[in-house]
Amino acid sequence: MQIELRHIHKRFGPVHANNDIDVTFQGGRIIGVLGENGAGKSTLMKILAGYQPADSGDIIIDGRVADYRGPQAAIHYGIGMLQQDPLDVPAFTVLENFIFGSRMRHTEARARLREISQRFGFSLDPDMPVSQLSIAQRQQLEIVRLLALNVRALILDEPTTGISAEQKALLFDTLRSLARNDGMTVLLVSHKLEDVIALCDEVVVLRAGRLTGRGEMPLTTQELVRLMFGQSFAMQERPAAHLGDVILRLEGVHLRDKRLSIEHLNLAVRAGEVIGLAGLDGSGQGLAMRACVGLVKPVAGRVFVGNSDMTGKPYRAFLRRGVAFSAAGRLEEGLVAGLSLTEHVALANERDMLVNWDRARRQTASQLAAYNVRGRPDDLIEQLSGGNQQRLLMALMPEQPLVMVLEQPTRGLDVDSAAWIWRQLLARREGGTAIVFSSDDLDELVAYSDRILVFYAGQIFEIPDASATTIDQLGHLIGGEFEMATIGKRLT
Amino acid sequence: MNEPFLLILGSIVSNATPLVIASIGETITERAGVVNLSLDGSIMLSAMAGFVAAYAAANGGSPTELSLLIGVLVAMAAGALVALIVAVGGIALRRDQVAVGFVLTLLTADLAQFLGQSYTRIPGPTVGQWVLPVLGDLPVVGPVLFRHNIFVYISFVLIFACWFWLFRTRSGLALRAVGERPEAAFARGVDVNRLRYVYTVLGGALVGLAGAAYSLGIKPGWATPPPMRGDGWIALAIVIFGGWHPFRVVLGAYLFAALRAVSTAIQRTPDIQISPVLLNLLPWILMIATLVAVSSGAIERLMRLLPGSFQRWTRNVLRSDPPAALGTRFDAG
Repeated sequence: MQIELRHIHKRFGPVHANNDIDVTFQGGRIIGVLGENGAGKSTLMKILAGYQPADSGDIIIDGRVADYRGPQAAIHYGIGMLQQDPLDVPAFTVLENFIFGSRMRHTEARARLREISQRFGFSLDPDMPVSQLSIAQRQQLEIVRLLALNVRALILDEPTTGISAEQKALLFDTLRSLARNDGMTVLLVSHKLEDVIALCDEVVVLRAGRLTGRGEMPLTTQELVRLMFGQSFAMQERPAAHLGDVILRLEGVHLRDKRLSIEHLNLAVRAGEVIGLAGLDGSGQGLAMRACVGLVKPVAGRVFVGNSDMTGKPYRAFLRRGVAFSAAGRLEEGLVAGLSLTEHVALANERDMLVNWDRARRQTASQLAAYNVRGRPDDLIEQLSGGNQQRLLMALMPEQPLVMVLEQPTRGLDVDSAAWIWRQLLARREGGTAIVFSSDDLDELVAYSDRILVFYAGQIFEIPDASATTIDQLGHLIGGEFEMATIGKRLT
Repeated sequence: MNEPFLLILGSIVSNATPLVIASIGETITERAGVVNLSLDGSIMLSAMAGFVAAYAAANGGSPTELSLLIGVLVAMAAGALVALIVAVGGIALRRDQVAVGFVLTLLTADLAQFLGQSYTRIPGPTVGQWVLPVLGDLPVVGPVLFRHNIFVYISFVLIFACWFWLFRTRSGLALRAVGERPEAAFARGVDVNRLRYVYTVLGGALVGLAGAAYSLGIKPGWATPPPMRGDGWIALAIVIFGGWHPFRVVLGAYLFAALRAVSTAIQRTPDIQISPVLLNLLPWILMIATLVAVSSGAIERLMRLLPGSFQRWTRNVLRSDPPAALGTRFDAG
């Protein structure tokens, strides 16, 4: 099936998520859709699969303009999407999920389910509740369901997160078979370049809402990274570091969450040091940072702040010791939607039982001025722009903590706001504060870090001298090719 | 079996009927993801409306059957209307369903007493007993189940209809999906909010029917304070107790009515001296104990000892999780 997208535009408020996307996907091919977080690839795929309408532009399927609304309508046109978190009903059985949304009768459905599962070697018990299936099995169920509805194009959003190597091999075989034998169009949205290299015939790259590149496979990891990030890796002057004593130490720490695990991590952060965490989204940076501040308890190993063993202590205890954290999801984890700026300041600073609102308001006003936040003390936090929210978060942090752990501190900020944030951070660092931060922006990592840790699927590679980094090396490392790099060593 | 005991069983079935109907109605609504908390008030309002309508129709010269039918329909309409307000408030106006429902409970309860004040303690048309042919003559089962008024028979039909609709039809699949994971239902072409409107109003109509079952059948007439006061909350609790499964919900309703009968019987026995307040606590204590047992994991551990196929069945029967999307809003796209 041939799918042509013509001049697709989609805006969310001020964000131009899809800006004049013009691309053709041929049948019988597996096409990788690449781009960093927020590049607009999910938006584009959701438009294609009917989950949201485009503001303007056409979708042309096999030469005819297709006009549809809703995922069910997209399926009628032959386009089905497998969401990262499969859109099934956990309370239903496999068979109920399979039937729901189709016109099949019970016995017919049972036979179809068995037939399609057998073709691809899936083992799906029709009477098992979906809540007891693994993510891979739920994906299989969705694929089988969409195939039973006769889709001819399959979109997969990050299908390999959270599934085992064997299940991944099975999935890839399935997708290859669908493309080669059935002539289906397969679109793979993935951060994992090794998956793209293993599977795809072709890649398209989105950046900041635009289609910025495409390439025929085979391409190397490094070439893919160059396609994704561009080549503007200008080196910048870094202020010299005055390193002090070790103030935060991880010893043989093992971490685990639903999707990945980090094993035997040893890390010592010294006063005045800036450590940048690089890697594609969800490679373990978030987990490691949360372990540094007590938000994730290590499965094994110990965490020290200064000389005291803080293993298993709550975030409050870390905060008292001078370890401060700010999460990437500003409104989800860092700030409280529905509270005013004054209330945030009071929440962070007031220690008495009764809130002294006069004092809090005065404090807020002076903090807003000091941190250049454009907003009034009585504004609700969600009324502020992203940059102003980030500045307020900065204002709420302790004045001179031992360590600041910052998850994507400049994400979504314009250049000026980002530069302002860094001036603040570097000023604190002069006073001995260590900074551990993660970023999608390689320029930022290279410009501000003393050391860089590259994360790939829970494995970590250390570049002891960030200034020695080159684009080629970072490209390899972010893509998981740790073996070839010569500028550092594996940490785990 | 001795006659008085059968009579007691029969009266339990009869007394439980409005609870059965109302909790089946609420089960349907909550399965679709909407919580209609207005039950206690809307049962009273519909009981009053149904009685007054039937009374007025009979006074206007309508034959008794027609008057009763009018009464039932008006009661159902009243219940449906209150439910519609909950749905509009929760879905279209994006308000909190619990808040809307709670306010409506208080409002409709007072409204019922205000509007019904000139109709208290007067005789009106009542649905009579209808002994079912053949079934009514069966030993034991006959007097317990089949010598009642029509509301009881309707409740029997409703129990099975509800179960069948939920678990044996394609529409039931959509209904449950809307309450469990509306995003998935949307992806399969279901108009989530429309279904929620439909089942909220349908559930509300059943709550209205429960009101009519009181005022035209089980506790005929209207009075201040209304005799069914508090039963709406009980029906809501029974839905939770019943794990949103019609059979278990109904079991809960009968159990509750049985405990009430026991407590009444004990109070009538001069030899036993127990505070009636304490007795009235009995059903609640039992309900909490059951909920704790079901959710504590003790039953889960017990179930692992059972053979596989039986495990699946018991898990389904003992399921105590509310519909995953209960009380949440859904916006498409």
